[in-house]
Amino acid sequence: MSELFYDAAPNATRIAPARAPERAYPGKPEDVSLFGTCVVDLFFPEAGLDAIRLLEQQGIRVHFPQQQSCCGQPAWTSGYRDEARAVALAQLNLLDDGRPVVVPSGSCAGMFRHHYRELFADEPDNLRRAEALAARTFELTEFLLKVCQVKLVDRGQPYKIALHTSCTARREMNTHLHARELLAQLDNVQRVDHDHESECCGFGGTFSVRMPDISGAMVLDKTAALRGSGAAEAISADAGCLMNINGALEKQQHGFRGRHLASFLWERCGGAE
Amino acid sequence: MNQRIPVTELTSDFKSRAHDALADPQLRANFRTAMDSLMRKRADAFSDEAEREGLRELGNLIRARSLSNLPDLLEQLEARLTANGIKVHWAETTAQANEIVHGIIEARNGRQVVKGKSMVSEEMEMNDYLADRDIECLESDMGEYIVQLDHEKPSHIIMPAIHKNARQVSQLFNEKLGEPVSEDVDELIQTGRRILRRKFLEADVGVSGVNFAIAETGTLLLVENEGNGRMSTTAPPVHIAVTGIEKVVSNLRDVVPLLSLLTRSALGQPITTYVNMISGPRKPDELDGPEEVHLVLLDNGRTGAFADAQLRQTLNCIRCGACMNHCPVYTRVGGHTYGEVYPGPIGKIVTPHMVGLDRVPDHPSASSLCGACGEVCPVKIPIPELLQRLRQENVQSPQHEPKAVKGAGSKYSRKERMIWRSWQWLNTQPALYRLFLWGATRFRGLAPKRVGPWTENHSAPVPARRSLHDLARDHLSTNAVGDPRT
Amino acid sequence: MSARSTILNKLRAGLAGTSPRPDEFDASLVTEPWRYPPQERVARLRTLMEAVHTEVHEIPQANWPDVVAQLLSQRDIGSLLYAPATAHGQQLERAWRDRPDCPELRVYDRPVEAWKEELFNDVPASLTGTVGGIAATGSLVLWPDRHEPRLMSLVPPVHIALLRASEIHDNFYDLMTAQNWAAGLPTNALLVSGPSKTADIEQVLAYGAHGPKELIVLVLEDV
Repeated sequence: MSELFYDAAPNATRIAPARAPERAYPGKPEDVSLFGTCVVDLFFPEAGLDAIRLLEQQGIRVHFPQQQSCCGQPAWTSGYRDEARAVALAQLNLLDDGRPVVVPSGSCAGMFRHHYRELFADEPDNLRRAEALAARTFELTEFLLKVCQVKLVDRGQPYKIALHTSCTARREMNTHLHARELLAQLDNVQRVDHDHESECCGFGGTFSVRMPDISGAMVLDKTAALRGSGAAEAISADAGCLMNINGALEKQQHGFRGRHLASFLWERCGGAE
Repeated sequence: MNQRIPVTELTSDFKSRAHDALADPQLRANFRTAMDSLMRKRADAFSDEAEREGLRELGNLIRARSLSNLPDLLEQLEARLTANGIKVHWAETTAQANEIVHGIIEARNGRQVVKGKSMVSEEMEMNDYLADRDIECLESDMGEYIVQLDHEKPSHIIMPAIHKNARQVSQLFNEKLGEPVSEDVDELIQTGRRILRRKFLEADVGVSGVNFAIAETGTLLLVENEGNGRMSTTAPPVHIAVTGIEKVVSNLRDVVPLLSLLTRSALGQPITTYVNMISGPRKPDELDGPEEVHLVLLDNGRTGAFADAQLRQTLNCIRCGACMNHCPVYTRVGGHTYGEVYPGPIGKIVTPHMVGLDRVPDHPSASSLCGACGEVCPVKIPIPELLQRLRQENVQSPQHEPKAVKGAGSKYSRKERMIWRSWQWLNTQPALYRLFLWGATRFRGLAPKRVGPWTENHSAPVPARRSLHDLARDHLSTNAVGDPRT
Repeated sequence: MSARSTILNKLRAGLAGTSPRPDEFDASLVTEPWRYPPQERVARLRTLMEAVHTEVHEIPQANWPDVVAQLLSQRDIGSLLYAPATAHGQQLERAWRDRPDCPELRVYDRPVEAWKEELFNDVPASLTGTVGGIAATGSLVLWPDRHEPRLMSLVPPVHIALLRASEIHDNFYDLMTAQNWAAGLPTNALLVSGPSKTADIEQVLAYGAHGPKELIVLVLEDV
């Protein structure tokens, strides 16, 4: 792309950003910060703790800044830019120490990686810090696979699972294959496909409460597909989707459930070197 | 012969139409089957990812280049078309466009108009406008003909009657045309062919849309499979093409990638049966083709979108419909739920500047922002980003000026703004946030059993016994690196 | 102010202070994936066209009029619309002159208004030339003219088209460049890639929507 000719005026006609080159990963760091995300914090804390354990198993010192809250995404996707920016700024200030940040969720990682830039587009100093945060933010599965280059040792019995990949992991973070690869390392785990696998579960943050009929139809289809896959359990690396999927399954009074990938990996491989 | 064809008046809102559509198993099945098939066909047509992505980038560059030079290109197009003998008309509003079309028809004493597929004429509601003036305006695309016969609007921009199955079409033909009942698709199509051939022969005027208007050569390019587009633009003595001002491209060669992107994205076809390039009316020594060719260039809010560099990207659209084919919302609610000419993801981003956000207040919210639309868009319109932008415009105070989109602020709610302010406060005061966690986990038994619309589809969420903040603090204060299991 | 100047003024205001984007057209993106060795062009075109119900015959230059006669007789078609002023029209005429069993030859020699009803109702088949073919998409290129007017390839239920193998190009870009289309196009230029079809009812493909129900391509072996 000839950036040389690019017209930088704010009203210049835009072109799509060039395809991102494959992300270059650093070597394994000694320290990381875990950004737990608000949904994990309140509804799936064990998944956050299991993520910490998996990272520690790799010999990494994990820090959990106690002042963290939410990445700002709910307000951002709802159109409340100012409110999202204020919350984002709090996290940006908190995570400013240069440590890599690991996030057990594709959508919150995507917020750091892509949308903070848009929130701080008009603030040069914050924009610079947001770019830096984006560069050192990793979704948990990509961190384990690409930065730690884990070799998982499966200690569990033969088991079938279905994998639900969040839309942000799939289309924004380009980490849709990472969870698959991690699961493929588990000798006794068989991943089965489910119907319309790449389709959204219907969560979409506030979409699920603004458009409950449509969201409900989507999650009904998704849960039916997961149950019909022949898997014993659904696995996902995104707690937002899990809250949607498990809440719907419980309402439907089905015993089938979804579980966070971090918890599943820790159960299968905990303690292995 | 001049039947007034009323289009069903929409009195309900988006959400209630969605509710009804979701409860219609036949409609759901018709859409799911069709969209699954269209997605498969597109995937097969773009089996080489590198080729596909390179072409999408080129498509985006061509559209951006055209828009970056749009006023000059429109003037160049007008000059070339005029030199070729095609008369160019400009319309700011659909009312003006209709007046222009009506004027041309009246000048020829036309009474019968036959139409090839044109979404811009749908914007204009041209059929009704002309019917009110005793001019029959008949759709000739098979799908458009079917929906017109049933007094409906198209439910998909490429497949207008996709919401109907063969049985429903057969019943319609039986009821309206007295044709024997037959669910054989070939027979149904032959019925349409027989009736419409007569119309092509008799029509005084043919109306069509335009897929690409080429400034370099002064050419109107139309794609189609049926032949009705060629019929409408060739058989009647007058041809009127109507199109949006954004459809112009600089060079003939620019249409090579755009054409390939269009037909492969829309239908998974390497090319449509016909690519019809019109560069003038019948010449003195020629034996057929229209004696007059007109082009009506319509604004209808496009200049409004153009004024904002981010929203200008909506004008990249080449109307392939791939975004709707891949949209999990469109697939479930169908095109009529949107209540406007353009349904689905593209409809959500082009409709506001045409009719005002206040007429479609729910459209920007009717998306999980899953990104499937942006992923398949052949000209790389960042549809989720634009939906998000429209959400911002929609929750601003209606008093806010200047407005980037007509009718912005239609979802403004002081109460909702207060809720998000409180959310902001909670999430920017760490002590308060932790107090909230403490309360929510400690008093989890008191969590409400109904949480607004959430509990329509889900059981009520119950907070964990301890938050990650607490678990992590305890864990990290007692665990040393290298001894993770203790 | 006229609608024209209002629209142009608004657009210009939106672009104030910017300049047009550069032309970054990369022709390799529309040519390189669509290159074929010369001997494979016909096969590629044939495969694609047959996939959409086109009948394709590869035949020597000399005896295509016999094939046309045969195809029409198989279909019980008694007349054929042709263009006597073209080279292929003359070849057909010569070949059929002494054969009483051949279908009647008919000519599009009046303005359409003079015989529209007849053209729509009583002409079962037509024969036209082409100005080339496209291997990448399986397409014929037609430039209708005074001798072979626009409706000739559209209205009759059977359309027979002659295509010289040597005039098949790899892709649309190559063809329009080789034939210098940018310098000017005729009133009507067409790419035709099969008989008329529709999938508007339940996505079920049905042929013979509004145009020809059958497209027959005779590829003349001249290479």
